[in-house]
Amino acid sequence: MNDYTKYLASRVTAGGLSRREFMGRAMAAGITLAVADKLFTERAEAAEPKRGGHLKLGLEGGAATDSKDPAKFLSQFMFCVGRCWGDMLVESDPLTGAAVPALAESWEPSKDAVTWTFKIRKGVKFHDGKELTIDDVVATLKRHTDKKSESGALGVLGSIKEIKADGGNLVLTLSEGNADMPLLLSDYHLVIQPNGGVEDPLASIGTGPYKLTSFEAGVRATFEKNKDDWRSDRGYVDSIEVIGMNDATARIAALSSGQVHYINRVDPKTVNLLKRAPNVEILSTAGRGHYVFIMHCDKAPFDNNDLRLALKYAMDRETMVQKILGGYGKVGNDFPINSTYALFPEGIEQRVYDPDKAAFHYKKSGHSGSVLLRTSEVAFPGGVDAAVLYQESCKKAGIEIEVKREPGDGYWTNVWNVQPFSTSYWGGRPTQDQMYSTAYLSTADWNDTKFKRPDFDKLLLQARSELDEAKRKDMYRAMAMMVRDEGGVILPMFNDFVNASTKQVKGYVHDIGNDMSNGYVATRVWLDA
Amino acid sequence: MTNPAPSNILPGLRLRQRFPLLALILERFVLSIILLFAVSILIFGGLEALPGDFATTYLGQSATPQAVANIRQDLGLNRPVTTRYVEWLGNAVQGDFGTSWASKNSVSEQIGKRLGNSLFLAGFAAVISVPLAVGLGMLSVHFRNRMPDKIINVISLAAISLPEFFIGYLLILFFAVKLGMATFPATVYDSMGFVERLKAIALPTATLVLVVLAHMMRMTRAAILSVMSSAYMETAELKGLGALRSIVKHAAPNALAPIINVVALNLAYLVVGVVVVEVVFVYPGMGQYMVDAVTVRDMPVVQACGLIFAAVYIFLNMIADILAIVANPRLRHPR
Repeated sequence: MNDYTKYLASRVTAGGLSRREFMGRAMAAGITLAVADKLFTERAEAAEPKRGGHLKLGLEGGAATDSKDPAKFLSQFMFCVGRCWGDMLVESDPLTGAAVPALAESWEPSKDAVTWTFKIRKGVKFHDGKELTIDDVVATLKRHTDKKSESGALGVLGSIKEIKADGGNLVLTLSEGNADMPLLLSDYHLVIQPNGGVEDPLASIGTGPYKLTSFEAGVRATFEKNKDDWRSDRGYVDSIEVIGMNDATARIAALSSGQVHYINRVDPKTVNLLKRAPNVEILSTAGRGHYVFIMHCDKAPFDNNDLRLALKYAMDRETMVQKILGGYGKVGNDFPINSTYALFPEGIEQRVYDPDKAAFHYKKSGHSGSVLLRTSEVAFPGGVDAAVLYQESCKKAGIEIEVKREPGDGYWTNVWNVQPFSTSYWGGRPTQDQMYSTAYLSTADWNDTKFKRPDFDKLLLQARSELDEAKRKDMYRAMAMMVRDEGGVILPMFNDFVNASTKQVKGYVHDIGNDMSNGYVATRVWLDA
Repeated sequence: MTNPAPSNILPGLRLRQRFPLLALILERFVLSIILLFAVSILIFGGLEALPGDFATTYLGQSATPQAVANIRQDLGLNRPVTTRYVEWLGNAVQGDFGTSWASKNSVSEQIGKRLGNSLFLAGFAAVISVPLAVGLGMLSVHFRNRMPDKIINVISLAAISLPEFFIGYLLILFFAVKLGMATFPATVYDSMGFVERLKAIALPTATLVLVVLAHMMRMTRAAILSVMSSAYMETAELKGLGALRSIVKHAAPNALAPIINVVALNLAYLVVGVVVVEVVFVYPGMGQYMVDAVTVRDMPVVQACGLIFAAVYIFLNMIADILAIVANPRLRHPR
C-alpha cells in the first residue's frame, strides 16, 4: 500500500471519504477493485461519520490584535480559523507529511526542480459565488511574495522568481531547484483568495468548507457550512464556534463542564487530572516542535567540540520527557528532525545520558569552572525547571552549570540568539530543508547556534534540488550526523501536541503536520449525539 | 461706582468668595486635566523605554529582516519620539487613538466596544455591591460586637483575603462544572440578547462583588462608628431616637465623605483592575484587550488603554472629592 492509499484509508477511518470516492481514487492510484473494496469495508466499519450539530472550540492563542488577513495569521486561533474558511493549493498528508492535492490537482517539476507546473482544479467556487480562476491563484502568490509584503510566508517563498499563468496552469520559476516546492505551498498563510485578496485582504472569502459569519478578534469566530464545498470528505458539522480562551484553567473548566467540545494546549502538569474527568479524551499527537539548549559554536567556551559533546552526553533526555513534558513527548537526538518528517534519516543511534563519557569529553576540552546557562519560562513551558534538572544531571558528570533566570519580557530580543548558552524552542517546519535552512545554514538569520560549515551548506543546497528520494535521504542523513556530533544544539525532546476533547467528538485525525490536527480539527471531526 | 476695582483684577478671587463651591469644583477639574496630561507623558515615555519592539515581537520566530524593516518603515518608527508624542496626543484629545499596529483596526472603535463591555460588568457589579456593602456596614454597626456583626466580618474578611482568580475558579468549579447552573465561559458578543448577557456575566459579577464588598463594608462600618462616638449622637440617643434610625438619619450622612471615597476607589478598581477576572472568565473587556496588546507591543492600543484607565481613575476620584465637599459644607472653606 503506497502513501497515498494509506492516506485515503485514513480518511475513510476518519469518515472523510464515501465508498465511491474512495474506490475511484484508490483505483486511480493503481489498486485493484477487489483490494480496494476490502480495504474500504475494513476501514468504513471502524467509523461512520455523522453530519450536523454545532461544534464549539475553546482555543488558546487568540488576541485582540489578531488580523483577518491570512498574510498576517500568527496565533493558534487564527491558524485554526483560517483553515475553516480557506484552502491552500496543496495540503500535507496527515500520516506521512507528504504533499497531497488540494486546489492544485497535480504538479510536475522540471528535471532540475527549478520550474514547477501546477494544474489548478476546475469548478471550485468562492463563498461569494465567483469561480476560482488561475488569476486568483497568481494574484494570491504575488501578494505573499511581494518584497514589501508583511506576509508570514515571505521567508518560505523567498526563492520564487517568477509567478505566471500558462493556460489553466500555474507556473513557478525558482531561483534554485527545490524539490519541496509543493509542500511549501501548504503554508497556512497561503489561503487562495479572490484576486489574491488584494482589494480586501480582510474579507475572509475563500473556498473552504465553512463561511465566516462573525468575527471578533481574540474573542470569538463563528462559521456556517459552505453548501457549495468542492469536497465532501470534510465539514461534517453544520456550524462552528471558536472561542478565545487564554487561561489554561478556563479551558479545562469549559471542557469538563461540556461548554466546549475541544480545547488546545493542555498543560502537561494538569493533563493527568483532566484525564480523570469522565467525559474527556486526551488527544496527544507527535509533533515537530522541539525544546533546545543552544550553544554558540563560535564563542568560548562553546567553540570547543569536546565541551559541546560533554554537555550533550550530560543531558538526561528520558527524565526531561517525563518531568517536563509529563511523558507527552519523544526524546531527541541532538538534530532538529524526527520521524514525523518525510525522508527522516532512520537508524541513527540514539544518544543517551552517559556521565562517564561526558566527564571524559569535559576533561579533554580543558575547560574548568562553571558554565552559565540562561533560561526563562517563555523559552518553553517548564524552561526553568528543565535548566535546573539539567544542572543536576551535569553535576553527576562533574560539570558545574550556573542557571540564570532571565525576565520573560524581551527574552527573544536580549537573550535568544544573543547570549552564548540559553534555552529556546523551535516549532517544526514543513520540510527538513526548511528546518535546516532556517536555523542551521551558515547565512541564516536565525542560525541561533552559530553553526557555520561550508560542507553542510553545500549539502543542504544539493539536497534541495535533488529529485531522487533515496539520494536525498542519504544527504539528509549526513547532515543530521554533522549537526548531532558537531553542532551547537542540545536537543533533549520533541513535544507532543496535547489537546483534549469531549467524547462526543469523533474522527479526530492525528496529523503530524502541526497542532490541532494541522489546524483542520473543525473541518475533520463530527459530533456523536 | 459700587463695584470695587480689585475685583476686576482678581476675578478668580471674587468667584471664590461668591461661589466657593463652584470655584472648588473648577479648581479640582483643572487639576485633573493637568494630572491626565502628566500621565500621558509617563505612559508614552514608559512604553518607549520598554525592551523589545513591535516588529520583532509581532513576527516572532517567523520574522525575516525584510519583514521587520517593512513594518518599521510602515509605522514610521524611525521618526523622533517627541514628534510622535505630540501627534498622538493631538489626535487622542479629539478621540482618535489611531489604528492598531497588529490588526489595522481603529483603536477607538475597538475600545468603544471593549470599554462598553467592561463598564457593563463593572456597572452591574457596582449596582449590587455598593448598596449591599453600605447596608451590611450599617447592619454590622447596629449589631456591633454581636453575632451578626461577627459573621459579616468573618465572611467579608475571608472574601477579601482570597485572590480574585481563586474566588473565580471556586465559583466556576461549583456553579459551572459541578452543578452546571451557570454559564461559562462568560464570553459576550454583539448579537447577544440582554438577558443572555446578564446570565453570562453572573459568575464574574459575583466574583467582583465578593472582592470589593469587604473593603467598602468595613470602611462604612468604621466611618459610622467614629461618628457614633461624637456628642450629638449621644444626644440623639438621649432624646430617645431608635438605634437604627439614629444610624441611618444622623450618623450615616456625617460619615458620607469617607464612604464616598472608598466607593469611588472600588468603582475605579472595578473598571481598571479586573484584568485577572476577565482572563479567568474569558470576558472580552478592556483588561483583556490591553494584555493582548502588551504582549505584542501594539503601542497605540496600550497607550489608549493606559490613558483611558488613568482617566477613569482621575475622573472617579474627582467626583468623589466633589461629592465629599457637597456632603460636608465644612470642606468648602479651607482653613
